[in-house]
Amino acid sequence: MSRARFGLVLILPALTILTLFALVPIAGSLFESLHHRTAAEPVARFAGLDNYARLLRDEEAVESVGFTMLFVGTSVSLELGLGLAIALVLHQAFRGRGLVRAAVLVPWAIPTVVASIIWKYVFDDRHGILNYLLFGADLNAYLVWLADPFWAKALIISADVWKTTPFTALLLLAGLQTVPGELVEAARVDGAGPLRRFFVITLPLLRPAILVALLFRTMDAFREFELVYELTQGKEGTSVLQFYGYKVLFGRQDYGFGSAISCLVFFLIAIVAFFYVRTVGTRLFEEAR
Amino acid sequence: MKRSGLWLAAAAVVIYSVAPFLWIVVTSLKPSLEIEARPPMLWPRDLSLESYARAQKGHGVTSLLINSLIVAGGTTLITIPIAALAAYALARLKLRGRRVILSLILVASMFPQVALVHTLYGMIQVMGLVNTRPGLSIPYVMLTLPLAIWILASFFKEIPEDLEDAARIDGCGPVRTLVSVFMPVAAPGVFTAAILTFIYAWNEFFFALVLLTDPARQTLPRGIALMPGRFTIPWGEIAAASVIATLPLVILVLVLQRRIISGLTAGAVKG
Repeated sequence: MSRARFGLVLILPALTILTLFALVPIAGSLFESLHHRTAAEPVARFAGLDNYARLLRDEEAVESVGFTMLFVGTSVSLELGLGLAIALVLHQAFRGRGLVRAAVLVPWAIPTVVASIIWKYVFDDRHGILNYLLFGADLNAYLVWLADPFWAKALIISADVWKTTPFTALLLLAGLQTVPGELVEAARVDGAGPLRRFFVITLPLLRPAILVALLFRTMDAFREFELVYELTQGKEGTSVLQFYGYKVLFGRQDYGFGSAISCLVFFLIAIVAFFYVRTVGTRLFEEAR
Repeated sequence: MKRSGLWLAAAAVVIYSVAPFLWIVVTSLKPSLEIEARPPMLWPRDLSLESYARAQKGHGVTSLLINSLIVAGGTTLITIPIAALAAYALARLKLRGRRVILSLILVASMFPQVALVHTLYGMIQVMGLVNTRPGLSIPYVMLTLPLAIWILASFFKEIPEDLEDAARIDGCGPVRTLVSVFMPVAAPGVFTAAILTFIYAWNEFFFALVLLTDPARQTLPRGIALMPGRFTIPWGEIAAASVIATLPLVILVLVLQRRIISGLTAGAVKG
């Protein structure tokens, strides 16, 4: 057996599974999105791009697109900023650094739905610790945070930042570790202050790692579901696309329109993925020997 | 001065990261009277395992735990061998269409569940596997496979090239080279990928929400999400079940942090 043939045999099981259970379902959604079909009218009628046109007219869809964009933009920028700050702390040598690094992994390891429930408890109007920390025993001042359009959005974003910053921080830390120490040291000897060293040397060298983290987190943020499901069920203008798609597919059982929403999420991610493959991919793509 | 600033920053990072989890641990250990107390109490006056007992009695938390172990464990056992073979082919052999396959795998790891679930649900229904553990493991294998391949491929690339050359000179065929020469050397990387696969499957919620409506088959994340009643939320029981769902992972993270970090950043930064 030639090596090339051997390789093909080895990769066949993986490709079969991915084709069957990832590519076929995506194709299924694309097909369904071009048809009218609901639980009440289970026979598919060709719809052309009708379901996509409906995205523009449907108020909740427009709102979901709006909050999805706000969510992705805000949480990814905050995660990158905070993640960089944490990475810079973890990059310093100090006793107990291993412990801090392990602590940072805790939010990453917690199941997202459990994290969402923890935050729901923290924000709860009756028993939430947030109200207690702000207002103490003054029960009359307690706020129903998640029923307020501004706070519901802000708290969903802050909970997401908490959950996903560790991953960003670790990616950036790995990037920081590739910055040659001699370079920073040489700049210090030349009299550059810490801020200058950071902006002139570290930050430019960190650019590839930042780009990877940015693209990766962006794609992931487009898939947000659990926080919205747990904290607000999409009320107060906090519906995101993946949640709205779920609601239309399984709640309203409108398969055509639901699939159009799902495909929109897919297309948005695919655009980012295109750039991601081009930046990250190239490193793994260079030929094996 | 600089030292103390660093320590302060490190302490802030630790508190920010673990405080919410500690809060749910504390809550799970309060007697129900203290959980219901208004204003809320920061520290429990009495410790009690009442919430754990109630989570078991009312929601069968141990059977949720067992379901989660079976589904996540089963997923890992299926995903890892398949991924290891594919990663070996992609990282170590001359394979035609390598770029296309790698791009496909990378993109597949980013497919939104909502765009897959509709057809997947139909497929699993046709196979008669709705509300079964295998019926959930199939989407989980698909979900974790791209990730595992990607991590393994970047680990495998780091292993010195002479390894297989030496085996070939010694007269090993390709299968023996892979099984008896390469895999033992690659074992630590495979172990890391297995841990990450397990964690991803353990934490998954979306497919579990849609594919498991039978309470007897549910996994921990799905079961916990279902606990709130129509009018009241049993915070104590939810806290207890959340601790049960999270503690194994927190221990895993504390013990294996180096491996987990190397797995998470593999391929992304090193490549």
